[in-house]
Amino acid sequence: LSLILSSSLCLCYAVNSEDVRCKCICPPYKDHSGQIYNKNVSQKDCDCLHVVEPMPVPGPDVEAYCLRCECKYEERSSVTIKVTIIIYLSILGLLLLYMVYLTLVEPILKRRLFGHSQLIQSDEDIGDHQPFANAHDVLARSRSRANVLNKVEYAQQRWKLQVQEQRKSVFDRHVVLS
Amino acid sequence: MGLEALAMDQKGYRRGSFQSSTSDEDMLEIAGASLDFSMADDDPPLDREMGGFSSYNGGGMNGTSTMMDFLEEPLPGVGTYEDFNTIDWVREKSRDRDRHREITSRSKESTWALIHSVSDAFSGWLLMLLIGLLAGSLAGLIDISAHWMTDLKEGVCLAGFWFNHEHCCWKSNTTFTDRDKCPEWESWSQLILGHGEGAFAYILNYFMYVIWALLFSLLAVLLVKGFAPYACGSGIPEIKTILSGFIIRGYLGKWTLIIKTITLVLAVSSGLSLGKEGPLVHVACCCGNILCHLFTKYRKNEAKRREVLSAAAAAGVSVAFGAPIGGVLFSLEEVSYYFPLKTLWRSFFAALVAAFTLRSINPFGNSRLVLFYVEFHMPWHLLELVPFILLGIFGGLWGAFFIRSNIAWCRRRKTTKLGKYPVLEVFVVTAITAILAFPNEYTRMSTSELISELFNDCGILDSSKLCEYVNDFNSTKGDDLPDRAAGPGVYTAMWQLALALIMKVFITIFTFGMKVPSGLFIPSMAVGAIAGRLLGVAVEQLAYYHHDWAIFSGWCSQGADCITPGLYAMVGAAACLGGVTRMTVSLVVIMFELTGGLEYIVPLMAAAMTSKWVADAIGREGIYDAHIRLNGYPFLEAKEEFSHKTLAMDVMRPRRNDPPLTVITQDSMTVEDVETIINETTYSGYPVVVSRESQRLVGFVLRRDLIISIENARKKQDGIVSTSVIYFTDHSPPLPPSSPSMLKLRSILDLSPFTVTDQTPMEIVVDIFRKLGLRQCLVTHNGKLLGIITKKDVLKHIAQLANQDPDSILFN
Repeated sequence: LSLILSSSLCLCYAVNSEDVRCKCICPPYKDHSGQIYNKNVSQKDCDCLHVVEPMPVPGPDVEAYCLRCECKYEERSSVTIKVTIIIYLSILGLLLLYMVYLTLVEPILKRRLFGHSQLIQSDEDIGDHQPFANAHDVLARSRSRANVLNKVEYAQQRWKLQVQEQRKSVFDRHVVLS
Repeated sequence: MGLEALAMDQKGYRRGSFQSSTSDEDMLEIAGASLDFSMADDDPPLDREMGGFSSYNGGGMNGTSTMMDFLEEPLPGVGTYEDFNTIDWVREKSRDRDRHREITSRSKESTWALIHSVSDAFSGWLLMLLIGLLAGSLAGLIDISAHWMTDLKEGVCLAGFWFNHEHCCWKSNTTFTDRDKCPEWESWSQLILGHGEGAFAYILNYFMYVIWALLFSLLAVLLVKGFAPYACGSGIPEIKTILSGFIIRGYLGKWTLIIKTITLVLAVSSGLSLGKEGPLVHVACCCGNILCHLFTKYRKNEAKRREVLSAAAAAGVSVAFGAPIGGVLFSLEEVSYYFPLKTLWRSFFAALVAAFTLRSINPFGNSRLVLFYVEFHMPWHLLELVPFILLGIFGGLWGAFFIRSNIAWCRRRKTTKLGKYPVLEVFVVTAITAILAFPNEYTRMSTSELISELFNDCGILDSSKLCEYVNDFNSTKGDDLPDRAAGPGVYTAMWQLALALIMKVFITIFTFGMKVPSGLFIPSMAVGAIAGRLLGVAVEQLAYYHHDWAIFSGWCSQGADCITPGLYAMVGAAACLGGVTRMTVSLVVIMFELTGGLEYIVPLMAAAMTSKWVADAIGREGIYDAHIRLNGYPFLEAKEEFSHKTLAMDVMRPRRNDPPLTVITQDSMTVEDVETIINETTYSGYPVVVSRESQRLVGFVLRRDLIISIENARKKQDGIVSTSVIYFTDHSPPLPPSSPSMLKLRSILDLSPFTVTDQTPMEIVVDIFRKLGLRQCLVTHNGKLLGIITKKDVLKHIAQLANQDPDSILFN
């Protein structure tokens, strides 16, 4: 979250010179059809005379033509857009990978390491108090060892318990967020 | 003095280290474990903390010295709440005042303490600044990503896949009539087949659109189900309940924040008929809750935290609509329960910072904050109030219809087998929406773009179908075009819009409340905008063809620009939104901040008021209150009057045939007796009386505090066994010296519980509950304790008198 914050705040000021434009929209005039003109000019030069090239109407009509045109100066930051989309896609990808890992890979790994012991398995257990008893065992067991890996494991087990509880409230018993 | 100060600092440090790991998530009560004392609240940090505590306090636990008692810090865990319970506002507020007094009194002692007190005062403002920054950045992320992913359903940009359609064609020269065609942007059929014309290309585009929509919504619902089930829905009903004092652990946590942000983008991009404003409020409140953990003042006090959450909700609405003042008013009117004046200024600051952050990220270019920012200032005439009021009536009728049908559908989802297949439900609804939406160009575009196009007033520079009027090019007027006859494009647009209206009216009923983040503001505004634009074009054509009628001839001469259909669309949007949510002032302020002008306040107010009156005549509740009632949350409605003549003794428990009130005596019960009471009953608190014969009230003690204290005493204190006597008085009762050591629990006793007499009218009792935020209130008769009234009893009583089902109140 702090990453998003800092990168967005830094990059919003990094305006590329490519990222400014003056856009003039000119409506149909006499027998000329409507046109849109884009040009990369600074804000003080953003008016009909500088941007509309080549001028479709002869000299005396230029003023009447230009009065109808509307010119707007626009700025964007393509770097911000690129970084935001890439951040979003990477977070989405990480979450999907983690979900695949939790549902498919972890049970296989656990089964290989611990045989048939009853750790918290798939996320599909519903309406069963057995997981809580296992949770107590897991919590009790991991409290005895104190290295970092077990702390991570312990935190993950606790998180899974919470998600399971939430899932029961929302999806099964329908008590919250019907 | 020095030793105690040193010890206090040590305590503070240790408590800090404990609390930093005890986030909301850690306090989850494990179901089925409430009867097992060893599992109450257990985390390893609690054990570590207890070691430190007892080593400091050594022999002070038996309470021989009163000064030691005074300095005795409460056990960690005491004073916190269980999940799905109501907080005690009075206790939280008084704890905050005590803390503040302590800091101010100590600030005179040393410079460090002075700096500490100044930083404490500033911490609120710093927190608001951080919340604004974070909420603004997340809103920018959501806006940019949603914009890109919505366009991803139609094609891809060859000049950089991260550009959406508009930004892809930014640099190239587009034609006047075909503003969205440029060589860098290719639709899927163009990419796959090489050309974009023909029936096969159309079918391929259709197919890709539906596939992308299904993919996005499936990803969304799987992420929600797998990681954070609390991230579904709008979030505003639950936040309303949380702000009134309810606790839902994990609802405003880190995982909920991440999943809600990611899946909101997916849900919006999949073309479903939902918006992102409601979920943005939830996201902002999650930011507020997470950032509260950085500051001790807000982390430990639930009441102060709710002030911060009110401000965060204001920031959320502010970034959704680009309306800081509207956001603050929305928070005041719709979301918050108690809104002290101090919160007003802070909310405004948070909303401004959030809006400013979003503006500097600039998601839409041109420094606009919302896609449908309106920039015209055409005048309107008094006679146009008639169609505006008609729009108000339509908005009210639609609002009432929507609420009834949506609640019926949600109830069906809650009670029947439909609720067992959330993923399938999302899949089917998305499929239906995508299949029906693609053929009609007005439903194919994203709803925000639709609203933007409908709000737009047609000038000569516009070439969309809706603006295809019969033009007279020989006139030399500038942008101020007169009312013109509608061209064929306008007629096609009209019936397409009518079809879009019907589709949106029905599909939103099934979409709101699904298990993906879904908001309601944008679909309601879309329905209203379509209806308004249809009516506006109808009135415009009427005025053009019949300019000699009496009602038009006075003010609308031929060749003048009198009717602005865009304004009708705006008024329609406000009317429908007001009809559904029953917002009043905040709605008008949001709408006029969107338009940037004060000219349209009167039409907006007229429509909003009419729609609210019509909708209130049909059904009393707005959509959020209806969902609160559907879920059975213990929300005591602050706006309604209680007008029945019942008395406190009609509502209190125990009733006539119930067993007598479960009480604890002040110095004659043993640890075993208390444990038996706790095991056999499920009440959340027990009154403490002098003795069973006299029933004179001493105070009130909470179940959770009792459990924690007894557990702790059994583990840490010497000599506490099942036959030890528990006493709540200041000095231990006289007992023979052979009895085991006694347990003093005076520190957890609330010595000032609120009491009313049994003859107090319920109007006053309900008022007390509302104004003070009580959880329970004791009832006395002639000075003796008679019974107890809890908030749940009050809610059941109100429901019973309103002929609703009192058993629908589920929580305490």
